[in-house]
This record gives sequence, C-alpha cells and structure tokens, in this order.
Amino acid sequence: MTTTTSTPATSALADEARGRSTFVRDTLTVFRRAMRISLRNPVWGVMGLLQPILYLSLFGPLLEPLAPALGATNAYQLFVPGLLVQLGMFGALFVGFGLIGEWRDGVIEAERVSPAPRSALVLGRVLRDVLVVLVQGIVLVAVAFLFGLEAPFWGIVLGVVTAALLAASFASFSYAVALNLKSEDALAPLMNGVALPLLLLSGILLPITAASAPAWLNTLSNLNPIKHVVSGIRAQFDGQIGTPTALWGSALTLALAAVGLWFGTRTFRREDG
Amino acid sequence: MIHARGLARTYKTRRGDVDAVRGVDLDVEAGEIVGFLGPNGAGKTTTLRMLTTLLAPTRGEATVAGADLRGDPGAVRRRIGYVAQSGSTSGEARAGEEVVDHAQLYGVHRAAAAARGRELFGQLELDGLWDRKCSTLSGGQRRRLDIVMGLIHTPRLVFLDEPTTGLDPQARANLWTHVRGLRDERGSTVFLTTHYLDEADALCDRILVIDHGTIVAEGTPEELKQQVSGDAVVLTASTASDAARVAAIAAQLPGASAPTVDGTLVEVRVPQGRTLLMGLLRTLDAEQLELDGVELRRPTLDDVFLTLTGRSLRDGEQPNPDPDAQDGAAA
Repeated sequence: MTTTTSTPATSALADEARGRSTFVRDTLTVFRRAMRISLRNPVWGVMGLLQPILYLSLFGPLLEPLAPALGATNAYQLFVPGLLVQLGMFGALFVGFGLIGEWRDGVIEAERVSPAPRSALVLGRVLRDVLVVLVQGIVLVAVAFLFGLEAPFWGIVLGVVTAALLAASFASFSYAVALNLKSEDALAPLMNGVALPLLLLSGILLPITAASAPAWLNTLSNLNPIKHVVSGIRAQFDGQIGTPTALWGSALTLALAAVGLWFGTRTFRREDG
Repeated sequence: MIHARGLARTYKTRRGDVDAVRGVDLDVEAGEIVGFLGPNGAGKTTTLRMLTTLLAPTRGEATVAGADLRGDPGAVRRRIGYVAQSGSTSGEARAGEEVVDHAQLYGVHRAAAAARGRELFGQLELDGLWDRKCSTLSGGQRRRLDIVMGLIHTPRLVFLDEPTTGLDPQARANLWTHVRGLRDERGSTVFLTTHYLDEADALCDRILVIDHGTIVAEGTPEELKQQVSGDAVVLTASTASDAARVAAIAAQLPGASAPTVDGTLVEVRVPQGRTLLMGLLRTLDAEQLELDGVELRRPTLDDVFLTLTGRSLRDGEQPNPDPDAQDGAAA
C-alpha cells in the first residue's frame, strides 16, 4: 500500500534489498542452512565417509582376479568409476526423506511464502547433496589409490565431477517425488523400484557388453542413460577424455541434471500456480 | 490492505469437485485487526493460503498489500508475513539460525536479522533459547518461534493461522498484547483465524464469519452479538407460581423473545437488555414480586456462531484443519 504511513523503516529496507538479483543469495542461504543441519548430525557424516571405504575394501578384492577377463589391466580403474556412479545415485536418491520431514515441520510452506525464487529453494538443497557426493567421491578415489588404482589426474577429476552432477539430477528428482508423495512409506519403494533396474542395467559392477551379455539384455542396457554415464567415466579414467564415449557420458549427465532441476523447481512452484 | 472479490477454490477429488471456498468477498483496511472465524472445514485455511500466494484461486481476484495476487505474487510475498498452523522451523535446526536464515530470504541482512530476532525473542519470552535445537522446545515455545519467523522481516500485513493454539493462558494473553502492539506501534494490519471466541472478542476490531465456503456475517464483535441474539435476562423467582407471573411481565418487554421457565428460573432474550433491566425490575417490584436473583448475560460470539452456522465453534476442535491440508497429495 503506497498510502501506508507507518510502515517501519526495516520493511522498506527489506524491499529495497530485493532490487538486485536474489537467486544466488537465496540459493546460498538455503545451501548454508541445509549444510549446517547435515554437519550437526555426526552419524550422517561418519556413515557418508565410511560407505565408499566399505565398498572398496569388502567388494574390491573380489574384482581383482576378474579384471583381465573384463579387458582391464587395473581392476580399480574399472571398478572405481562404477562406484562413483553408484555414489552419485544412492547418495542422492533418498534425500527426499529429509524433505518430507521438513515439509511436515512446515519449513517448505514457510519458504514458499517467502519471495525466494522456487529454483533457489531446490538448488540450495541440491548443492548440499552435490558437495557431499563430491567429498565422498574424493575420499573414495584417495582410498582407491591405496588399493592400487592407476588413472590420470584429469580423468579422475572429470569422473568425480560427473558423479557429482549425476547426484544433482537424482537429488532434484528425489525432492520432486518426495514433495509430490509427502510420505516416506511411498517414497522408499518407489525410489528402490527406480534405482534397482537402473543399477542392474548400468554395468556398474560388471560391464554389460555385446560379448558379455545376451543381445536383449545388452540392447536394454543401452537404453539406460546411467550405462553411458558409467562408460563415460571409465573412458575418463582410462585417459580418453576427448573421446565420443567420454563426451557422450558427460553430455548425458548434464542433461539429466538439467531435467532434474527443472522437475524439482516445477514441483516447488506448482501449488501457487 | 486486502480486497478480494469472488475468491474461490475447487479441489478435484476422485469423487468429484469439492468447493472448499465458494466465492469470498472481503475488505481489510490498513491498521485493522480482523478475525476470521468458522467451524472446521469452513474454508478458513484455504482462503488464507490463497491470500498468501500458496494456493492458486480457481476463480476470483484479490489485491493483497497493494499488489495483485495473480499478477505479482512476488510483491505480495515480500510484503506479508504468514504464520501457518503447521509450523515453520525444522526440529533439527537451531532456533536463532532458522530465524536469521528465514529473514535472509526476505533480503534482510544477517546482522539486522539477528538483532531483530533477539528483540522478538525477548518480546515473546523466548530469551535464552536462541541456540536451542528446535525439537527441544516446548509446544508453546515452538509456536512463539513460528510467530517470530512470521514477523522477522517486519511485514506490513500479517496473517496468523490459529496463532494461540497450544499456548497456555498467560502466553496467549502475552501474544494478544504483542499483536495489538504490531498494530498500535508499527501500524501493521493483522488478519487472523482463531477457534477461540474470547480471543476474537478481545483482540479483533472486526470479525468475518465463514461457513461452507462463503462469508455469512461480518462486523465488530458488538455488532455481531446485537444483530443475532440480544441479551439474556435471567430472573430467579422465589416460587414457581411467581415465576409464571414474572415470565408474563418479562414477555411484555419490547422485542422480547418468548420467556422460558424452568422451575423458578425465567429466561428471556431482549435486544439492549442493559437499558431495559431497570424498568423491568421496577415493574416487578410494583407487582410485589420478590426475586432471589437477577442476571444479565451478554451474548457470546458462540451464540452468534450457533445462530449463524447452526454449529458451535467448539464442535470438533481437533487439530485437523480444512480439507486442503492434504491437497498437495491429491494434486
């Protein structure tokens, strides 16, 4: 109301501050808040770091004798890209659970009634999840070196970044579905139902090729974008950064992240039409 | 401050369309404290969520805090504060941090937000709880924290959805003082829903009554009471036979309802009972009728409610709000 005479100065101040673009600032505010809450949970942090180490130490040794049969000289060069993708997927798929808790506490409603861009509300949270996967990925690679991983530096950097981008996609997707379902009991089976075929058809643990799999299984797996992401990271770990396989994997990951964020933002926006 | 015309919301469900709000016209002027009353499921929360941009109206339009609800929801959001029934803080977060983070979404700087937050903590008796995890706060403390969250950016228009539910009497009275202060000291406009009639009575300049998705009455608490039921005059005669004579005389009062007699107790409803009581007593005295007791009962808003909606406001006072609480799942 322009006629309001007694509007306090602070309100006008808040209005003026909105003049500049708020997307970046609001994204960082949401990110900082999410990160702070996560870091205060010690179990969460320890488990997050322990997970990749468990995979490497409990599953890695099984692969070592298999590596030559799969056409790799170094078992971990084959295995770590798959683990990174798995990290990107499963580190992010279940973040929606936390969002349902926040929704129940009224946090989402309170944020949606604020002028913050809806995309910032999603992206701030997704950035937290990406950072977590990034750190886990770095730990994974560092430990893998102890186990005997050999790979070029830039290939590893690209591989870890690709996994983090994949996490952005899955986290956004998880938030969107969570906000649609608003029930943990419905979210868990749905996420598992999506993740399991994606995982099995991706060749994360054992590569799926024309030689190793029946034709129908190979064809089916080729329709799974995650398979191409894994192949891309394997190429990067093999030093073939500029090859079509590597580029195709990266492009696909970027596209998945974009679609995920669009879906997430749309869900946060939807109810206000 | 709020001007709504024909605001309506229809939910699509498997069993067909449900008209949660059928077309609400309302006007709230700057500096008013307006109470929005209605039984559960009457459309209070749905209306509130439409006015706060959380829910798109199916029909109708509104101007809220000077901005068009449909055309410029961003401007509406910047200018309003909303304290929802469902809460606003994560149990995992710390109270002060939630407040400061929330203020930042409104463009308030961290230092300013912290200063204002601590001031509000003091006013709402949350001193010393700044660094506490929200899940460790009592229900009443958490509720007051919600109110801090809604006021942290000093909005010129505040929506409060059942603000005092779950507060003890002292905290409620305290909050009333604070809400009045918002208006008196800051010139804010307050729009609140409540189940408590004494709250509406004590706090609100004006009341809107909603039932079945439309506004069925509006006015000051006094106007509503007079319009509907009049005052109850309750006379206790000394004997049952006297009671019949008392009732006959009371029935002569201008505008009186048919008196009811229960033993020695005679009750009659009259508009403006206060001014008629003296005359009635004189007449009774002249007739040599002794009374054991006289009581004048002002109508309560509950009487108003019962008359307007056929339901008592206290019916089904469960936490379950309007049907839209779960709307997201159905959408």
